[in-house]
Amino acid sequence: MDVLIYLIPIALFLGGLGLVGFLWSLKSGQYDDLEGAKWRVLSDDDLPPDQRPEKSAGAE
Amino acid sequence: MPRVRVAEGRRTCPLRNRENTITIAQADRFRDHDAMNVHSRDWSAFVTKAPSGASHIELAVEGIHCAACMARIEKGLGRLPGVENARLNLTTHRLAVDWQPDATNAGAVVDKLESLGFKAHPFDPGEMRGRDDAASRHLLRALAVAGFGGMNIMLLSVSVWSGNVTDITPETRDFFHWLSALIALPVVAYAGRPFFVSAWAALKARSLNMDVPISIGVTLAVAMSMLQTIQHAEDVYFDSAVMLLFFLLIGRYLDQNMRRRTRSFAENLAALRAETARLIRPDGSTGDVPLSQVEPGMLVLVAAGERVSVDGVIEEGTSEIDQSLVTGETRLADVGLGDRVHAGTLNAAGVLKVRVTAAAKGTLLDEVTRLLETASQAKSRYIRLADRAAALYAPLVHTAAALAFIGWLIAGIGWQPSLVIAISVLIITCPCALGLAIPAVQVVASGILFNKGVLLNSGDALERFATVDTVVFDKTGTLTLPDAALANADEVRAEDLELAGRLALASRHPLAAALARASGARDPVTGAREAAGSGVKATVDGVECRLGSPKFCDVAEDAAAAALALHPDASLIVLARAGAAPVLFAVRQALRPDAVSVVADLKRRGLHVEILSGDHQAAVAMVADELGVADYAARLDPRGKIARLEALKAEGRKVLMVGDGLNDAPALAAAHVSMSPVSAVHLSQAAADAVFLGESLAAVPAALRTAHRAHVAMRQNLVLAAAYNCIAVPFAIAGFVTPLLAALAMSASSIIVTANSLRLRFGKAD
Repeated sequence: MDVLIYLIPIALFLGGLGLVGFLWSLKSGQYDDLEGAKWRVLSDDDLPPDQRPEKSAGAE
Repeated sequence: MPRVRVAEGRRTCPLRNRENTITIAQADRFRDHDAMNVHSRDWSAFVTKAPSGASHIELAVEGIHCAACMARIEKGLGRLPGVENARLNLTTHRLAVDWQPDATNAGAVVDKLESLGFKAHPFDPGEMRGRDDAASRHLLRALAVAGFGGMNIMLLSVSVWSGNVTDITPETRDFFHWLSALIALPVVAYAGRPFFVSAWAALKARSLNMDVPISIGVTLAVAMSMLQTIQHAEDVYFDSAVMLLFFLLIGRYLDQNMRRRTRSFAENLAALRAETARLIRPDGSTGDVPLSQVEPGMLVLVAAGERVSVDGVIEEGTSEIDQSLVTGETRLADVGLGDRVHAGTLNAAGVLKVRVTAAAKGTLLDEVTRLLETASQAKSRYIRLADRAAALYAPLVHTAAALAFIGWLIAGIGWQPSLVIAISVLIITCPCALGLAIPAVQVVASGILFNKGVLLNSGDALERFATVDTVVFDKTGTLTLPDAALANADEVRAEDLELAGRLALASRHPLAAALARASGARDPVTGAREAAGSGVKATVDGVECRLGSPKFCDVAEDAAAAALALHPDASLIVLARAGAAPVLFAVRQALRPDAVSVVADLKRRGLHVEILSGDHQAAVAMVADELGVADYAARLDPRGKIARLEALKAEGRKVLMVGDGLNDAPALAAAHVSMSPVSAVHLSQAAADAVFLGESLAAVPAALRTAHRAHVAMRQNLVLAAAYNCIAVPFAIAGFVTPLLAALAMSASSIIVTANSLRLRFGKAD
């Protein structure tokens, strides 16, 4: 059972990492606009013009 | 040209329909009109400065339908020189813009948005969301911490539970218990704060709310587990305490989030209705400022066609004003130097300069404010279902726990095992299901209502909606549409209507606006000149035409009287041409399109319907007749409306009041529950329990129906929670409850209650 001495701190550390990650994402405003975020991911505006895929009808 | 750019807007977003482009074209025309006749607007009062020197403004934007609109706005503004950052929040429909103050200004940003086809209006930086956002973020952080703690403790607890029935050594178990304690103590201290604070506040006020038993249960569970850990016991309850907090925080967060969504929507509406005043500064310059910055003694400019945003006395100019939002009176009133005007009235004809005054003794506003205060105080006596349940539940549970303690003590098992059993009673009774029973239903029901265009101001309004047996309507602006409409379209020739409409486009008088809307005209007559307060004159195809009051167009008084006899509650506009008979248009406030069917529906459902109006007898009688309402009263002042509501209350009736005017505000606060349309004055919206959007009155029966179903679900949930306790408590008192059983029971009861609430959403559509 000595292995618990390592495993438990590791488990707690990883869990804590998740918590800190969540608190950071909350603080940096990533949950402020869930509606907009789901559309922004589809936008090609961040690519240089020559790398954008073919435009479909109706896209800006 | 504006229209070209508007057409561009139509191409990219499939949802921007033709009607929309018409209104935008009209808005453009008004803006040009504004720019020519008055001045350009100055938004500097809304701009905040960032430490980096950049200017920042937050705008509520109207007309956003999809992601394409978002891309258009952000890219369009990005092309504006000087703009550093423009980000639209698609959830709240708010836009944040940062720019370099030397390169551009807020006016250019708003103008650019308008040219893109979006109406935007800045927020008052003074009263922005702040507090709500902070509360909601704090709950989310507490939820994350409780979730983290719960998962890790559960990991250790499951090991202990399975070890207890197999071969765990006492040393390992103690180690796990100490680890659990190490996690649980800070987690409970942090995540439990929302409950501890609220429970403490309730206790200080010598009352009980649901948070009191929650706080006692959690604190005792942690304290006892600490003791058990020190004494090397087999069972500890750290996981129960943290899980309890986790479940309750979910309910709390959902509740807060629903309120925040409603409020941010309401704030957008308020901002888009441009609740600003155009201040005339001592040096003669003008600028738009948020109402919160206007103080008595300041001078405010009100252009024709605008709503008066302040209470005050006219210092310069004469005009006609439409007081329908304030008194319910639909006829225009003449005002001039020294007359008092109220916020919410519509300036129909000339430009006014108004000196802002505080609500002086004896004025309508003073009377309304006073009545409103009394009415709100009387209303705060309502006790919410959740608090009634808590008041019943807490003493019962605590007595049961105390009896279990005393009983086992007498049975002679020693004080500590007795205390363990007593605390396990508190844990297993699980205020968790009770704590979720009502908020879960409120969240689901208000979400349903939100989608139907009804915004609830308070969660407990649902409970009060459910018991309504009488509906009282205001007439003007509630049963009727806030804007006037043409009443005799079928009596006039189409070409007359079109010409009249084109002439009407030159005026901002509300009656002319109604005529322009009815005709669908989009092409104003060039060279039309408006004589303030009387009409428009122009030469069309070499013929002189006039549009305006019967007097302005030289119509004989008996002809006008004959036309008025046909439409007793209408106002007349005349189109006169040289060499042709004058054409009379009757314009009146039309009933909301579904008013008749809604009132019939309410009556069919056994509700008593009444109309209480401040308008004159003939107008009210006509509407009541059309709707088939037998009980109505006209010419009521705010005091009269309250008196009638009191009389209904004395009969034992639960009244839903629906109204929009300033004169309705006290009645809205005094009624058992109240609603107002989104076009209502600010004071009334604040006094009402719910606000509904759009032209349809169907929101009223929809709210009643949803509230009824929500109320049923709430009571079901309370019964479920009580039934669960009836089964669980004997087990706990008998001492059979282990931490594993407590965790299972707690999760199961919470899930059952939540599932029952969600059933509302999938229930039969109505």
